[in-house]
Amino acid sequence: MAKKGWKDIPIGGLIEEAGTAKEYKTGSWRTFRPVIDKAKCINCLQCWMHCPDSCIKVKDSKMEGFDYDYCKGCGICASVCPVKCIKMKPDVKQ
Amino acid sequence: MKDLLEIRWHGRGGQGAKTAAQFLAEAALELGKYIQAFPEYGPERAGAPIRSYTRISDKPINIHSPVTNPDVVAVVDPTLLDTIDVTNGLGDDGILVVNTHEDVAAIRKKTNFKKGKVAVCNATKISLEILKIPMPNTPMLGALLKVRNIVPIENLENEVKKKFLKKIGQEKTDGNIKAIRRAHKEVKIG
Amino acid sequence: MRERMPGKMHQDETRCKAVILTTHFNGWHGIYFKLNSNNMPTKTKQKEKTKNIVALTGDQAASEAMRQIDPDVVAAYPITPQTEIVMNFSQFVDDGKVSTEMIHVESEHSAMSACVGSAVSGARTMTATSANGLALMWEIVYIAASTRLPIVMPVVNRALSAPINIHCDHSDSMGARDSGWIQIYCENAQEVYENVIVAVKVAEHKKILLPVMVCQDGFITSHGVEGIEIFPDDKVKKFIGEYKLEHTLIDVDNPVTYGPLDLQDFYFEHKRQQSEAMKNAITTIPEVLAEFNRTFGKSHDLIEEYRLNDAQIGIVALSSTVGTTKTVVDELRKEGLKVGLLKPRFFRPFPKERITKALAGLKAVAVLDRSESFSNEGGPLFTEIKAALYESAKRPLVTNYIYGLGGRDIFPEDIKKVYKDLEDIKKNGKVGSLVNYLGVRD
Repeated sequence: MAKKGWKDIPIGGLIEEAGTAKEYKTGSWRTFRPVIDKAKCINCLQCWMHCPDSCIKVKDSKMEGFDYDYCKGCGICASVCPVKCIKMKPDVKQ
Repeated sequence: MKDLLEIRWHGRGGQGAKTAAQFLAEAALELGKYIQAFPEYGPERAGAPIRSYTRISDKPINIHSPVTNPDVVAVVDPTLLDTIDVTNGLGDDGILVVNTHEDVAAIRKKTNFKKGKVAVCNATKISLEILKIPMPNTPMLGALLKVRNIVPIENLENEVKKKFLKKIGQEKTDGNIKAIRRAHKEVKIG
Repeated sequence: MRERMPGKMHQDETRCKAVILTTHFNGWHGIYFKLNSNNMPTKTKQKEKTKNIVALTGDQAASEAMRQIDPDVVAAYPITPQTEIVMNFSQFVDDGKVSTEMIHVESEHSAMSACVGSAVSGARTMTATSANGLALMWEIVYIAASTRLPIVMPVVNRALSAPINIHCDHSDSMGARDSGWIQIYCENAQEVYENVIVAVKVAEHKKILLPVMVCQDGFITSHGVEGIEIFPDDKVKKFIGEYKLEHTLIDVDNPVTYGPLDLQDFYFEHKRQQSEAMKNAITTIPEVLAEFNRTFGKSHDLIEEYRLNDAQIGIVALSSTVGTTKTVVDELRKEGLKVGLLKPRFFRPFPKERITKALAGLKAVAVLDRSESFSNEGGPLFTEIKAALYESAKRPLVTNYIYGLGGRDIFPEDIKKVYKDLEDIKKNGKVGSLVNYLGVRD
């Protein structure tokens, strides 16, 4: 889609809607993806605390998996995991 | 008389030369005149020589530069006569009013101002006796208005009352009025 | 020529320069009274028989306008010679004469930052500054304009350091001429008062939405007392109207973002919008001025022409020098010389069409600049006017005078010399020296 010209955008850099960053799926930046071995996971949620893109899915205080729409594959979760249950694997694009 | 009356005040920081220039202008404003009053600012401090100016006219005043050819020069501090040529630019029909204990002849000699009018008044003595502090600016206004009736003295007194009452209280304001009247009476013109 | 005071005085003054600079409050708020007036415009004469004339300095005039505007927020830091504006306004706040939230900040950078924050919240916002203060807020000056926030800022023009100087020249605001702010230059304290009111309406106009600097000459205007006509409070309030920002940062039900990252993909478009706003300003400001003139019986315009109609030579100048030049024009006219004067009231947006039209009939023009741009091609007013004339079919010979830096006084004699030079240029048909320095010691 062609980007809007100066006549069609709000002035002064104003963004009239909230949460528009959601439309930008940064998951496409990834070259390595985190993969979890749930058998080893102790649900300490260190990964959830450290993830800079809020991509660790948690339900009922349990680590559920990753939000691959926005995960950039930075590997911080794998790095901080105390039981090394997260591994970074080459991303296979669908 | 030209349209514009220009007065230059010489004083030292703290003696009220700026205030005097403004009082006179505002008294004239009340009579419907156009006015300007402004000091020449250096890095001011008590004791530094300063100049201030009053312009009064029946027409709007456009000029925005210091007065170079005054009609009247008022010297609020006599010690300035030794260091500053106070009559610079003062014409032959000009008026020189000096706060001094000396007489007209002595001031003429000191300033070499021969043709115009010279008036002397010991404004410092008057203010010391009445106000107990050396604030010669208000008595100098009284003296000046005797030499040249720029505004009726009552208008000036009203202006002083308006400005001073809230700031310095009834007693000191009355003192200033008294000092103005005494200087108006005692000024010697020659 | 400049020997107006004897040498001893100069020595004294030089000695005094060593002391620390302070600003004194003279404690004089204007005393109000009514005055019968004979020169009211006939239209309003019946309705209003008296004018409210008050003795005020330029600074007091600015703060008096601010009192009547009663902005939602003022964030400011005092600096000579602007100090009296902030001081007076703080007094108004303390006395309950305004409902403004006054933010006393620790620097001008913070002052303008607070103004930006306030303005995106939808508050009518004002500040004021001078010289080094403007320099310190520089980064945020651009942000205010680029975020399209209608902040109004009286600027009391003062020289920039070094060497340190507190007196008037235009180097502070001229440096900010490309920041995206509208700039108005005031001839006297009356214009300061009126232009601050006009500025609010211009800044907040839907087609403009740009911040406005209202510039007055430091000390010359800011500390000189003149009789100022003050309009009734309710009339001023009615003229400026209510301010309502469409999208505010504090409207949590309709959340928006201000000041986002804006890279190669959109930044240019936003700048293009700013250009468009300035283009709109040049056509919209006259409408605002017309309304102001109707309301208050004045005759403001983008420029003011003074006895230019049949003039052969003319001067272009800004601010208080315009007044001094008017007295010289009157004097020389009495001698039969066909001299005139052009005052651009607005410098941003630059009223090019009006200026070139006003100067088209002249043979020679001198532009007086109270700042140096160090391009070797003259001061900012000169280079802009020269560039504007390039496309003019009829254009006068032009020359530039840089004058008055650091508060160096300009006297009628100086201006007469410029007119005399212009007579020579007219006679010889050529300009001798393009850039001249008026009143500097060789």
